[in-house]
Amino acid sequence: MGSLHFGSAVVAAFLASLVEAVEALTIVLAVAVVRGWRPAGLGVIAGLAALALIVIVLGPLLDFVPLYVLQLAIGILLLLFGMRWLRKAILRAAGLIPLHDEAAAFASETAELQEQARRHEQRLDWLAGLASFKAVLLEGLEVVFIVIAVSAGRGVLGRVSIAAVAACLLVALVGLVVHRPLARVPENALKFAVGVLLSAFGLFWTGEGLGIDWPGADLAILAFIALFLATALGAVALLSRRTRVAVS
Amino acid sequence: MSALAAALREIVGLFVDDGALALAIVAVIVLAGLVTVFAPAAVWASGGILVLGCLGVLVVNVMTAKRR
Repeated sequence: MGSLHFGSAVVAAFLASLVEAVEALTIVLAVAVVRGWRPAGLGVIAGLAALALIVIVLGPLLDFVPLYVLQLAIGILLLLFGMRWLRKAILRAAGLIPLHDEAAAFASETAELQEQARRHEQRLDWLAGLASFKAVLLEGLEVVFIVIAVSAGRGVLGRVSIAAVAACLLVALVGLVVHRPLARVPENALKFAVGVLLSAFGLFWTGEGLGIDWPGADLAILAFIALFLATALGAVALLSRRTRVAVS
Repeated sequence: MSALAAALREIVGLFVDDGALALAIVAVIVLAGLVTVFAPAAVWASGGILVLGCLGVLVVNVMTAKRR
């Protein structure tokens, strides 16, 4: 049972971190292209330092929160977070909203920075560094939240963190080598999978926080994953059919 | 002050994208919580509300997304 929870927590943290790191990399690369590696790198370092500070200051406070309160709070946030991702992934897979395109995001961020360059030439290094800092901090906060959330109270925080850090290092390494946004990463499929996993964990933790003894204990997570996956795939099929009928 | 508000908006945005979806999820959780408090003997019902409620909310939200 423990290994089942650990396995799904590691997969969820790794895939989610992969997506977040790809999104952060796109912005950092745009900053580097427009203004050079110095402000981009300084923004990354400052973002990582701010993240570390947040984890060091707020992390120990979690030990003082009663377990059921932690499970309920994390469960609710995970449900909100996971179902938000899943909803978007369903709508994208059904063709109702455009797929997330890292190349387009890179072009848009580059254009915005160039526009800022035109208006505030003097302050541009500062603005470019800030964009890089914000990307690393916000995407990093999502990674930290997911790692804490999927390993809540189960003693697997260290190993799940390693999976998340490995995903981020992998993206950073590939980004350094190719010097291009990672547009080929199947981001929507990853978000679909992560949305299913996080929603399932959210349901499990919310129930535990409310005092529900799920049948099969940790095995219930597998059942929730299957339920969310079947529901989401069914919704994509229905929406796609409806869209095709409307077009023809 | 505006920077703080912008930062808060970004953090809230991590969890809330579609207000209707977020409200519906919270409503399902509150309902399941009320059943747990007022009918502790029927805690299984609370689990059912949570599971079916979340799946139902997701389906209704995406099916009505186009209209909205």
